[in-house]
Amino acid sequence: MFTLKPIAACASMLTIAPAALAQVPQFGQPIAPADIAAWDISIGPDGAGLPPSRGTAIEGEAIYVAKCQACHGEKGINPSVALSGALVGGMGTLAPDKTPIKTVGSYWPYATTLFDYTRRAMPFQESKSLTADEIYAVSAYILNLNGIIGSNDVMDAQSLPKVRMPNQDGFIPFPRNPK
Amino acid sequence: MFRKTHTEPVDPAAGNGILSRRIFLEGAVVVGATGAGLSRGSAEPLTVQPWMKVPGAGFAGYGQPSPFESKVVKVFPPPPNPPGVGASRTPLHMLEGMITPSGLHFERSHSGVPEIDPDQHRLVIHGLVKRPLVFTVEALSRYPMQSRIAFIECGGNSLALNAPQAQPLNVAATHGLMGCSEWTGVRLSTLLDEAGIEPEARWVIAEGADAAAMSRSIPLTKAMDDALLCLYQNGERVRPSNGYPVRLLLPGFEGNMNVKWLRRLKLTAGPAMTKDETSKYTILLKNEKAWQFVFPMEVKSVITRPSPGLALRGPGFYEISGLAWSGNGSIRQVDVSADGGRSWAPAALQGPILPKAPVRFRAAWQWNGGPAVLQSRATDEMGMVQPTRAQFANERGLRGIYHYNAIASWRIDEKGEASNVYA
Repeated sequence: MFTLKPIAACASMLTIAPAALAQVPQFGQPIAPADIAAWDISIGPDGAGLPPSRGTAIEGEAIYVAKCQACHGEKGINPSVALSGALVGGMGTLAPDKTPIKTVGSYWPYATTLFDYTRRAMPFQESKSLTADEIYAVSAYILNLNGIIGSNDVMDAQSLPKVRMPNQDGFIPFPRNPK
Repeated sequence: MFRKTHTEPVDPAAGNGILSRRIFLEGAVVVGATGAGLSRGSAEPLTVQPWMKVPGAGFAGYGQPSPFESKVVKVFPPPPNPPGVGASRTPLHMLEGMITPSGLHFERSHSGVPEIDPDQHRLVIHGLVKRPLVFTVEALSRYPMQSRIAFIECGGNSLALNAPQAQPLNVAATHGLMGCSEWTGVRLSTLLDEAGIEPEARWVIAEGADAAAMSRSIPLTKAMDDALLCLYQNGERVRPSNGYPVRLLLPGFEGNMNVKWLRRLKLTAGPAMTKDETSKYTILLKNEKAWQFVFPMEVKSVITRPSPGLALRGPGFYEISGLAWSGNGSIRQVDVSADGGRSWAPAALQGPILPKAPVRFRAAWQWNGGPAVLQSRATDEMGMVQPTRAQFANERGLRGIYHYNAIASWRIDEKGEASNVYA
């Protein structure tokens, strides 16, 4: 009684499947995962997608000064381009009735986002130009300026996802999303 | 054929001169209403204008608006921000109907507008799929297509109305990050089915081919529901500023998620937690918590005329015209008030009324020349009612920046000038 119906359904699907499939347009071209690698720049909060390489805050300072500081300001505090926003500081400003200063340190829930965003979009005038070493190093520098890691802490594919961000538990789901 | 008209007076429907919407529904004539302050003396004698005496211009490959309409343009801030970064705003107060002309559709870009050669553009679908696939634009163009009229609203639209004091802003500045097009393209579900979805997939990470490679995580349920890969906007190929050659449309969802210049869709078990879904587009509440993944743009409306910058010319009859929309479905009702929300009357809704598309509403108003505060309040098919500013602030505070959808108020002074106020 429990098996008859599924078997019947499968049998009928098998009968009609070839004809139905022939009707469906399929214009996608198969591609091997290895051939997607150059485009696959997504990094998950668990670190999935992080490349090999490594960097520290001490190594990152010179890169920051050369590539980031013109817009984001010295030590990430006073951006000269308004839209770039402060990268550092603002701790405690999420508290009720305060004017929030949302920085990497005060607001961002995951350190992996820093690597992901820097690699895809920064530096603004020449995005995707930094090496993985440089991105780890400059990420470490910004985390260090926020007092989250030490200046000699190595950031790599293993350590970056383990960085505990101060506002990691600051987010809750919107209650009125469609089901 | 003549329409049947009514000659009886149109009754007041709400305080301070709001008249019955019958005038729109039945073509009733307003008896006793005076002209809009214009001289009722005799008009000037008519003369034959010069453009009737010589042949006009020849053909143009692509038509342009009249040079007399040169002020109807998008507005965007001057430097210091780099060019193409930030947003340009639709001049909603200068437009009518429900469709936004493609050249006036607002744009939000994070690293300028890329100039993409469609022959070299590729869209890849990979991750938790059985068959990773690459599509050319030509290949996408071969699938059966679908059209729908839908709004896109930036999550940051009306951000300025969070300010503690009302600023001197017009509708472009307060509501101009919303536009509506007829979008045509291929259902995303068609392509995901072709790639074969692995059972553990729950999210789709969408990524653009701009210099910022702008990226957002989208629930697979939405991708399989009504997501559209748009190749056409208002009948022509999507404009570069709106995602040429292919953009994602997620009807009703936050604008930022409708990724432009779409180049990659990666199916995953969890969201990527990109910059734009963590540090931006999250809503800091009154306490220290923030709402994350706020998908629908909730019910909202705005009076586009009269509105700041469009002065009334003396007491008399005016049409109040505006737009109402909801990311949760169709607009069911729009009420208007001329006394700051003390009394309301239903506006006429201009068809077609479509889900997740703006509705043009109209109300008749007899301005007596005194102070007035005009408001509109929309209700959608879910029964959700647009909140007052106080109700909005009571729920979430005013630190959230994004998804501001409270009732807007335009004060009319004795000179007929309109201004943005909190009422």
